[in-house]
Amino acid sequence: MVLIMIRDITIGQYYPTNSILHRLDPRVKLVGTLLFIISLFLFHSFLGYIAVTIFLFSIIKLSKVPFRYIVRGMKAIIILLLFTVFFNLFLTPGDLIFQWGIIKISKEGLISAGFMAIRLTYLILGSSLMTFTTTPNQLTDGLEKLLRPLRHIKVPVHEIAMMMSIALRFIPILLEETDKIMKAQMARGADFESGGIVKRAKSLIPLLVPLFVSAFRRANDLAMAMEARCYRGGDGRTKMKPLKYSGKDFIGYLILLVYLAAIISSRILENAIF
Amino acid sequence: MDRDMIEVKDLAYEYIRRDEEGNVESINRAIDNVSFTIKKGDFVAILGANGSGKSTMAKHINAILYPTEGSVWVNGLSTADEKNVWDIRQTAGMVFQNPDNQIIATVVEEDVGFGPENLGVPTDEIWERVEKSLKAVGMLEYRSQSPNKLSGGQKQRVAIAGIMAMKPQCIVLDEPTAMLDPNGRKEVIETVRELNKKEKVTVLLITHHMDEVIYADKVIVMNQGKVVMEGTPREIFTKVDEIKKYRLDVPQVTELAFELKKAGLNLRDGILTIDELVQSLLEHNAR
Amino acid sequence: MQIIFDHINYVYGSGTAYERHALKDINLQIQKGEFIGLIGHTGSGKSTLVQHMNGLVKATSGHIYFNGEDIYAPDYKLRDLRSKVGLVFQYPEHQLFETTVFKDVIFGPNNLGIDKLEAELRAYEALKMVGISDELLDASPFELSGGQKRRVAIAGVLAMKPEVLILDEPTAGLDPRGRDEILEQIKKLHEDSKITIILVTHSMEDIAIYADRIFVMNHGELVINQPTKEVFARYKELEQMQLAAPQVTYVMNALKENGIPVPTDVTTVMEARDEILKAFQNNK
Repeated sequence: MVLIMIRDITIGQYYPTNSILHRLDPRVKLVGTLLFIISLFLFHSFLGYIAVTIFLFSIIKLSKVPFRYIVRGMKAIIILLLFTVFFNLFLTPGDLIFQWGIIKISKEGLISAGFMAIRLTYLILGSSLMTFTTTPNQLTDGLEKLLRPLRHIKVPVHEIAMMMSIALRFIPILLEETDKIMKAQMARGADFESGGIVKRAKSLIPLLVPLFVSAFRRANDLAMAMEARCYRGGDGRTKMKPLKYSGKDFIGYLILLVYLAAIISSRILENAIF
Repeated sequence: MDRDMIEVKDLAYEYIRRDEEGNVESINRAIDNVSFTIKKGDFVAILGANGSGKSTMAKHINAILYPTEGSVWVNGLSTADEKNVWDIRQTAGMVFQNPDNQIIATVVEEDVGFGPENLGVPTDEIWERVEKSLKAVGMLEYRSQSPNKLSGGQKQRVAIAGIMAMKPQCIVLDEPTAMLDPNGRKEVIETVRELNKKEKVTVLLITHHMDEVIYADKVIVMNQGKVVMEGTPREIFTKVDEIKKYRLDVPQVTELAFELKKAGLNLRDGILTIDELVQSLLEHNAR
Repeated sequence: MQIIFDHINYVYGSGTAYERHALKDINLQIQKGEFIGLIGHTGSGKSTLVQHMNGLVKATSGHIYFNGEDIYAPDYKLRDLRSKVGLVFQYPEHQLFETTVFKDVIFGPNNLGIDKLEAELRAYEALKMVGISDELLDASPFELSGGQKRRVAIAGVLAMKPEVLILDEPTAGLDPRGRDEILEQIKKLHEDSKITIILVTHSMEDIAIYADRIFVMNHGELVINQPTKEVFARYKELEQMQLAAPQVTYVMNALKENGIPVPTDVTTVMEARDEILKAFQNNK
């Protein structure tokens, strides 16, 4: 029944509410997220962390997405986080501050682990914010518009965007179909759970073959339906919901510029001080 | 004089099956010497069992397939001429059997706008058309919803709206109710009848469900690629034995009327609904 | 009693925004060899109900007994239950996957660990039962017609030799003759092997001809559980539940209301014909 629920949820964890962030053009958010992620690795000092923290939490506040909802997404990467912390904590050489047998923790290790943990957390938070405030459709539209110039070097931007939005549309449907096929095979005594790796891989054949056949059939039907509605590629198409920049988007870009400047200057500052 | 909406002349369609080396394995004559016309504004049904060629026939109307022999003319344009293809498809829109496999967008109104987008319709006009079409099929309140939340009948109505938004003159529906429950079927057929009456859209309904065609202007019955019967619903359904020969069925009441007449009761011809049968029986009893 | 449902409830998505009480306090009993029709509006819980019968879905509360054994008992083997209660899903041809028809049908018996010879025999018999000819045995299932594929899929379940056969809308998507053929085959199966049949369908006409008893589901509840004729007598209630009686039932009721003495529990064309002729004869 988890899959029944998935039918109702749009892919990505879009949280529908009306914040200024939601109303920003998706291109601003895409560029912003990219810049933010890059910025996380541009500094090493305390100053930088303060700048990033202020920026991130202001954005979270602006998004009007409830904090507990955001934190839920973090649960998924707890393991990765612990792993990274572990490595940095115990394997960074430097001034020892703790030792127990062969387990050594250095001051550098502590600092490095801490900072790494923060970076990772902020990275996930930042990119999640984009998916919380932008629908998958808006994201593909934004990407398509941003990458349009690549057409001139023969990159099929429109086709890629179309593929992505069709994939998004059909993921819940295919998931539901997987559930159905699985149940149908289980009704014939199929066992997807027991056995070693090889046995379990083999047991997936009665699931994957029908799924693929069905996917191809859908693709065929869909292509016919699209042609019947006069689809002939990206040329000459107009848009029902075209992306147009407005005032708030330019302000958004401006704020990003200011943020970037802050990060870079903090880097310059730290180089000067340390 | 108004030309016919659709004219099919001596149409034949063969598809050739080849084996792995490219040699011809079998030739299937899916449509064999078919001719008929459909007048503008009519509601015509093509009835046939699976394998009768009816779906193949439908795909000729919007130039998905083109003739092996003979010709198909849609609003005066020949489907065999490649340069007509897009005009024909805009003139004759098609709704398919599987509700999910013809919805492209994740939001209802966006899917209805897909056709107009392809036609290069300006943004403002797209919004007008989308609203008008959704209203015409009774789905306007669902405009911002995800298609996944809709029932089969509702999805098909959205698909129909998507075609209407392209302002076609004719809609071809290829077994649109095959995967729906009885309520969904009713919804879809009623919607199509409304569109035919109000918007004057010519309708070509391909189906094997008899109860869906009782209000059609003309019924064409196909069997093994040929047209075997043609006439009004009453004319066709009176010939119960012949219908059954073609692997089709008649509404229960029509069959009951037929059996009663065989047994000697003098009932009127062409009974298609419960009310008609009851009326006729009461009249008979009164004599 | 072969199957007993005792206060079965099924809730999914507990605690989330998607919580749904799909089955509400279901109590039913099915005897060996019965032909049951299961009807209900879309979303009424029909499919969920039958998936409880072979243990694919576990109830939230309540007990299910098969041949007297509690299927939720800790040592009960649900996989055995699935071989005894066969379930054919809607559009079963979508589950075909093997390279030949024969191999696909033998998938079920193989999963049960039956010895090779016995499994092959079962597969062969099952294919005969659904009328698939020998020359198709080595063909790829994907080359068959829609109706043939469906029969192969049904054979795949029959090959497990179940005591109960549940079919979920076996006529979906078939043309009138295809529908009649499949239903006739199911009826023949019922008569020949005395297997218990549960037919889930939307077609009142179909169920009227074949079922002994009808279960009517409405919004997760089992609201009617009676022999066929008695169910269609309640056709006004059925309409409230978005279901309809066969056309002939309406005809008979209308005639009766207009003073012609005909029984109103008629559900098939031939019965209707006979009763109407009788009534008219008596009038002369």
